[in-house]
Amino acid sequence: MSVDVVTEALAGERRAVARLISVMERGGEEARQALSRLYPRTGRAHIVGITGASGTGKSTLVNAMAKVYRKQGLTVGIIAVDPTSPFSGGAILGDRIRMRDLTTDEGIFIRSMATRGSLGGLARATADAAHILDAAGYPVILLETVGAGQNEVDIARTAQTTLVVDMPSAGDDIQAIKAGILEIADLLVVNKADLAGADNAVAALRAMLDLGAARTEWHHGHLERVEGVVGAGEAWRPPVLKTVASRGEGVAELVTAVQAHRQYLEDSGLKQRREQERVEEGLRRILRHTLLERLLGQISEQNLERTVQRVVAREQDPYSAAEMLMAEAGLDGKKE
Amino acid sequence: MPEKKIRVLVAKPGLDGHDRGAKVVARALRDAGMEVIYTGLRQTPEMIASAALQEDVDAVGLSILSGAHMTLVPRVIKLLKEQGLEHVAVFLGGIVPDEDAPALRALGVKAIYGPGTTLDEIVRGVREGVAAGE
Repeated sequence: MSVDVVTEALAGERRAVARLISVMERGGEEARQALSRLYPRTGRAHIVGITGASGTGKSTLVNAMAKVYRKQGLTVGIIAVDPTSPFSGGAILGDRIRMRDLTTDEGIFIRSMATRGSLGGLARATADAAHILDAAGYPVILLETVGAGQNEVDIARTAQTTLVVDMPSAGDDIQAIKAGILEIADLLVVNKADLAGADNAVAALRAMLDLGAARTEWHHGHLERVEGVVGAGEAWRPPVLKTVASRGEGVAELVTAVQAHRQYLEDSGLKQRREQERVEEGLRRILRHTLLERLLGQISEQNLERTVQRVVAREQDPYSAAEMLMAEAGLDGKKE
Repeated sequence: MPEKKIRVLVAKPGLDGHDRGAKVVARALRDAGMEVIYTGLRQTPEMIASAALQEDVDAVGLSILSGAHMTLVPRVIKLLKEQGLEHVAVFLGGIVPDEDAPALRALGVKAIYGPGTTLDEIVRGVREGVAAGE
């Protein structure tokens, strides 16, 4: 299987791309092998993340942006993420409803993904799915996140340019955007700008940006404030743009600004630094996951069960129990 | 993830605007642990087949209450086959006269769920239909 599907996907064959994304979601050896063949061909696409609270019109905006890119003659990959129910493990993936006019465009590939337990707004396999679309030759990849709020910072580690979408609120200056999200935005969009309060919303966001002053950047797994310039040239001031996505208004200007951000990333050297951060975070994540799997593979069911019972009976505390399990699996953390 | 998730496309082809049934079924499939790509109303057979391909689904559920099933369902199945998706299990829900059932089953529709079908039956049917196609 692997050889043919990967070759076909690299040639842009849509069914192969779809099947490979499923392989990545399943994980395991097949996924690893496929990714190692694809990876050298990644790194060319502009990966744009779109996040924001529910109801702000993210899907409609993604739809409108894709149409603008298509007019420029570019093909677009779209990944829309929706939450998995923690109770049933199932999900309703409904973002395609807003993208009906793109479905049969051969220059657009839309994949809906469920978070499958990942927190942070993206599925574990979202980055891998973006790699596949990148390697398959899509120059633009739009990632649309779950949109629940403060935990959404994952998007800034996977995307190169992060858009945060807001909408006019019921008339006062309190916006839907929470502080943490504002700080990862490279661009802010007030969608549904035909509603009352749009100008207030823009003014409020600009004020919040001015108060915040310093941008944050990922640095070895933490968000840190970065004062002023990070590379050659001036720092990027996130623009606040107005759109009415359902009518396509303001979207061409938004795409221009997004493309300007990509240019800025290259000119300032920030692209390299973010890429390093992204790779480091990716490695940490894979190591965490793989090490845990290997470790659990070394521990028998009975051993785990007995340990659980000991902790439940208060004969041992959880941390000591974990140390013991690790020691038994050969990982006692003591230097030789 | 230990188990494979079943991915189901739920669509309403044609001009039929009654979507409550489709939404109820979509929720039931989600509650049964499946990932449901809900595409909504006014889907053409081309849109359904194209989405099924991109989403790499295991099953397609069509909801038709307009009586147009003998036109729409064969077109969907034909397009699925043309795209190399003959393994995808196709289910039909809605208003389908008994005398149309044999022809539809012969085309490849795995099951037809009319009014009165329980959600349990549908969930089980989808699971079995998908397993049979693997």
